[in-house]
Amino acid sequence: MEIVLYSVIALGLLGLVLAAVLYVVAQKFKVQEDPRIDEIVALLPGANCGGCGYPGCRGLASAFVSATDISGLKCPASSAETMKKIGAILGQEVVESEPKIAVVRCNGSCQNRPKVNRYDGAQSCAFAATLFAGDTNCSFGCLGHGDCVAACRFDAISINPETGLPVVDESKCVACGACVKACPKGIIELRNRGKKDRRLFVSCVNKDKGAVARKACTAACIGCGKCTKVCAFDAITVENNVAYIDFEKCKMCRKCAAECPTGAIHEVNFPPRPPKAEATEEKPVQTNA
Amino acid sequence: MFKTFKIGGVHPEANKLSAANAIVSAQLPKTAIISLAQHIGAPANAVVQKGDKVKVGQLIGEANGFVSANIHSSVSGTVSKVDLAVDVAGFKKPAVFIDVEGDEWLETIDRTDTLVEEIKDDAKTIVGKIKDAGIVGMGGATFPAHVKLAIPEGKKADFLIINGVECEPYLTADHRLMLEKSRELIVGVKILMKAIGVEKAYIGIEANKPDAISKLTELCQKEQGIEVVPLKLKYPQGGEKQLINAVSGREVPSGKLPIDAGAVVQNVGTAFAVYEAVQKNKPLIERIVTVTGDTVATPSNFRARIGTPVAELIAAAGGDVEKSGKIISGGPMMGKAMANLESTVTKGTSGILMLNEEKAMRPEAGPCIRCAKCVDACPMGLEPYLLMQYSQRQMWAEDEANHIMDCIECGCCIFSCPAKRPILDYVRLGKNTVGKIIRSRKQ
Amino acid sequence: MGQLVVSPSPHTRSSVSTPSLMYGVIAALLPALAVSIYYFGIGSLIVTLTSVASCVLFEYLIQKFLLKQQPTLSDGSAILTGLLLAFNLPSNLPIGIIIVGAAFAIGVGKMAFGGLGQNLFNPALAGRVFLLISFPVQMTTWPVPKGFGTNYIDAETGATALNMLKNHFGTLPGNTEMLLGQMGGSLGEVSAIALLIGFAFLLFRRIITWHIPVTIFATVFVFQGILYLADPVQFASPVAHLLAGGLMLGAIFMATDYVTSPMSICGKVVYAIGIGVITVVIRNFGSFPEGMSFAILIMNAVTPLINTYIKPKRFGEVK
Repeated sequence: MEIVLYSVIALGLLGLVLAAVLYVVAQKFKVQEDPRIDEIVALLPGANCGGCGYPGCRGLASAFVSATDISGLKCPASSAETMKKIGAILGQEVVESEPKIAVVRCNGSCQNRPKVNRYDGAQSCAFAATLFAGDTNCSFGCLGHGDCVAACRFDAISINPETGLPVVDESKCVACGACVKACPKGIIELRNRGKKDRRLFVSCVNKDKGAVARKACTAACIGCGKCTKVCAFDAITVENNVAYIDFEKCKMCRKCAAECPTGAIHEVNFPPRPPKAEATEEKPVQTNA
Repeated sequence: MFKTFKIGGVHPEANKLSAANAIVSAQLPKTAIISLAQHIGAPANAVVQKGDKVKVGQLIGEANGFVSANIHSSVSGTVSKVDLAVDVAGFKKPAVFIDVEGDEWLETIDRTDTLVEEIKDDAKTIVGKIKDAGIVGMGGATFPAHVKLAIPEGKKADFLIINGVECEPYLTADHRLMLEKSRELIVGVKILMKAIGVEKAYIGIEANKPDAISKLTELCQKEQGIEVVPLKLKYPQGGEKQLINAVSGREVPSGKLPIDAGAVVQNVGTAFAVYEAVQKNKPLIERIVTVTGDTVATPSNFRARIGTPVAELIAAAGGDVEKSGKIISGGPMMGKAMANLESTVTKGTSGILMLNEEKAMRPEAGPCIRCAKCVDACPMGLEPYLLMQYSQRQMWAEDEANHIMDCIECGCCIFSCPAKRPILDYVRLGKNTVGKIIRSRKQ
Repeated sequence: MGQLVVSPSPHTRSSVSTPSLMYGVIAALLPALAVSIYYFGIGSLIVTLTSVASCVLFEYLIQKFLLKQQPTLSDGSAILTGLLLAFNLPSNLPIGIIIVGAAFAIGVGKMAFGGLGQNLFNPALAGRVFLLISFPVQMTTWPVPKGFGTNYIDAETGATALNMLKNHFGTLPGNTEMLLGQMGGSLGEVSAIALLIGFAFLLFRRIITWHIPVTIFATVFVFQGILYLADPVQFASPVAHLLAGGLMLGAIFMATDYVTSPMSICGKVVYAIGIGVITVVIRNFGSFPEGMSFAILIMNAVTPLINTYIKPKRFGEVK
């Protein structure tokens, strides 16, 4: 009995002494931090994706707090509402910006783009891109090893096993831009989500001459320029044999997509075309952005 | 006792199938596709246009900057176009396409076999001629030769090392050249000595080429200051830093160039090309290419014009493309696997190696058992297993702190790994990324 | 035409593989097993087979049902762990205890860390030490070598040479007997000569380098030699210490375990010196007569630190 008593007293005393030491140390070495940082961190998604350009969400939060003008700072993964709340904490007005989404600009599926060799090395696009031009004749297209998938902190991008191409999940993508940085071929682009999530874009970045590009991939942009001629808003430019649609100018009339001879211009989330137009023949409405 | 380098190294099977076969001239191609990006550095600028008539030896591409090299026509005929052509990796590079008509050479080139021993030119003229002839490192690195010969101010070369090691398995191009062109080679060495102003030259040859060692040793007895150094068999002895270490015991400091250890290294192929350029006025338009491997009927050593399609050389040696799983430009340790057969011979094509389906695929990788065989094998004294782990986790700062930039990509780590892990793949990835980070920091 | 394979260089590999290394070590252990059966009879074989079989079984079960991986028994690492565990057990140990030891060695010593290549401690030694602490009586009654006919469980037991050295009693076996293995002890550790044959085989096949074993021998010899010279009555001769107990087995087969030993040559030497010193200290001043397994486990724990601070010599290092 005595032993138990002594043990309890001894341990209790030890606990008290240590608690006192801890208290003193905690007071002495206390770091003064703006409490607003914690408040903002609580609002941010906490994925530390790096899309804002700061090392993690806490980095952005401290940047918010220390900045005199927060117009240059934005968490790409947060909604406009969250940004407003952050603005409220800091007592500043937040300018709303158009929501964006990642878009994969390659449609070189196994069918469209036949394989010409077999790759047998590290499963990394970054490495494969330095080793060779790719396992097809297109040296600009997707390599399919999924660096973008690995980079995404929101589980919003995955490789479709049938096409071998990455697919962006519209509901999950927050346009942080991590996949854009991860892609060694520069295929992924952040574009405006568009009204009713409708988008129109050229799903190809092949800079080869038309014939070469076409031979490598049936869905390639051949730089023919037909789309630039039908566009009434001057939104399409052809540079280095590849067309690009400026989403700021595009009015979503879809004339270009109907005109494109290879189907390289993709339309997403549009209603099906009325059957009367002659351009209905084999222009599948692409749903994968 | 043969000399060798101190740290690491491995012993791959030599497989020198074509060692006994003399060099034969390959047939002229019907169309030569001469790449303008055959060397390290900026691609040359084309100076011919579609429809131009060219002769053998005529300049068709002009060096674009200091680290670049001239390109000469290796055939005579009409330029059909100046366009992009695929290289071994499948990338499209600028090239000159020439439809071959006859074999008409520039009159200034001495095509006879007579040995010209007397060196009339001074050092400056020699380097100028080498530069004009578009000579690059023929061992495979294709670094412009005149850049290496231009000794930076404040530094001094103590000796020249001629690389006759050919430590890559299968390849025999340098071996045959040393046997068949020994006298020309010695003159080439003397020219190079004069160019960099040294009194001493070593020719490093591995012990598995006793015929070349004895022949060159005999010739060198008559010469002042040239010495043949037989070396113990060990890969990667042909690496510049390893060769300097093996021959002289010196170590090139980390991040520095051979000249910082007082050495200039040139390949035997380069020395021979230098002889031809300086004494015979012949630019670099052909090279020795070994075509060998399991699926080749007669492993051969060809003297092939630059721009000859690879497929034609394979056919000439009786190579069976159907049965091959992998075709490599270069040797099995550092060569590049070809993504297609549309590429042509370049100044750096030391060999074409054809492996059967069985050898083509990599063995399946298992978990690292921390056996440290990669650490023991690394000739640069790095820890490849660690660099791989850092690169996989994208820990670039740790990669840099562990000297990833010292890696010479020789492949000893991956060769020796019992778990067959793709160590070098990730080390290369790390090296590329860290290199980019360092460059961006300097700006 | 079949499509060409594009892969990064090198395009050729050495013939050495993980299984070939593991089976090489297993082959190097066979002489010692043969000697053990010769001296301790059928008991040796029963203990060894039980240990190997249960290690393999536990690895299979854990990989298949707990980790849901493809079982990787063919690499031979579980067999090797079982063999080494058995070598550290007395030849009359009841089967149940062996199975518990194997479960600990594989389950906690190896798989809990993530399987092959991830473990911090040598699994066989972890199992051995676990058994030594849990079943001290059974683990320290060693059968006397009575030849091939020795019973399994009812074997006549006696003290080990190290016990005699420590507590100053009995007549120590002569050096020849100790070299051959005619003495009491764990079943695989007794025959120095058989273990040395295994060492030669490992060196010949380039499975291990000489650095760790030779450094341990040298450290023990020198350190024990100093003690012996200082007081020959209290401390035994270094030769006896080299031959007695698990020193040979530990130095050649356990300390050189790839996973738990340092990567650089210099690190290996430091690690081996540590093992030698700790062994001598425990043997002479500790409460256990044998210190090899503890020494190796302690240095296993230091290995990550050694790997961090002792790097291989680099080519062209700028100081």
